Amino acid sequence: MLELYGQQVSSRLLLGTALYPSPAIMAEAIKASGADIVTVSLRRETSGGKTGGQFWSLIQSLGVRVLPNTAGCHSIKEAVTTARMAREVFGTNWIKLEVIGNHDTLQPDVFGLVDAAKILAAEGFEVFPYTTDDLVVAGRLVDAGCKVLMPWCAPIGSARGPQNPDALRSLRGHFPDVPLIVDAGIGRPSHAATVMELGYDAVLLNTAVAKAGDPVAMAAAFGKAVRAGRQAFGAGLLEPRDMAVPSTPVIGMAAFS
Amino acid sequence: MKLTVNGESHEVAAGTLAALLAELDYEGGWLATALNGEVVPARERDGCVLAEGDRIEILAPMKGG
Repeated sequence: MLELYGQQVSSRLLLGTALYPSPAIMAEAIKASGADIVTVSLRRETSGGKTGGQFWSLIQSLGVRVLPNTAGCHSIKEAVTTARMAREVFGTNWIKLEVIGNHDTLQPDVFGLVDAAKILAAEGFEVFPYTTDDLVVAGRLVDAGCKVLMPWCAPIGSARGPQNPDALRSLRGHFPDVPLIVDAGIGRPSHAATVMELGYDAVLLNTAVAKAGDPVAMAAAFGKAVRAGRQAFGAGLLEPRDMAVPSTPVIGMAAFS
Repeated sequence: MKLTVNGESHEVAAGTLAALLAELDYEGGWLATALNGEVVPARERDGCVLAEGDRIEILAPMKGG
């Protein structure tokens, strides 16, 4: 079973809670996905604290573990302060650490990310860093105290799927004992299955489910794809070959001429 | 006293962060607060004295990816 910072996790699919057509559909999608970890955020509250309260009650009613994020933070200070506030509200040391470095690609500022991870790890946070697929950055994050890594496979919300499988494979090979979760860029269940077949421990996604024509059905499809990919990885995949290899026995062929 | 709350200007009577939350009708154990960029835990709001021009952030759980 997957273990993240000492917590056993039954599902290898982590789901975001944003962009759904309604809170009810979000709740149904989470149930259909089988996810037991969902990501949440902190935002300015209006109307006397009631909007956030309603959302939080709904999430709590689902019996899932929450992974608060620092989405939208562009500086170390913003990300660290948001993390501290999230710990107080959500009562968890877990934090999905995002330090965004570019408005267009939403790619992480990996320098700020490493520094913020050091600060938070020293304060007892259990950091889930949203990072690129860069091997050296991954090493710095591990040195900073991260015991889980969350590389993107494509830009957030792009639905492009794995853009650089070789880099993902390299990360897996270099960090065999660190849980690796692909976070961002997954567009369809086959993308999720692909990264699970590479030996990734889990997948975190949001938009591909929330913006699907039928988010509940898509959540179920992703749940199956993640399980299938994991099972296939464990079963030992056949490597690609250059030439055809017949599957039907060639011995015992009838002679008609 | 004039304060900036969640980016908006407010004229308030409250002298502490706890009183400010009550005055602006914020309630609930799920709120997080910061004063001038520093986190103020819920248990410290009663003793958190406000001054003219302070910037306060009041955050709550929200959907996220």
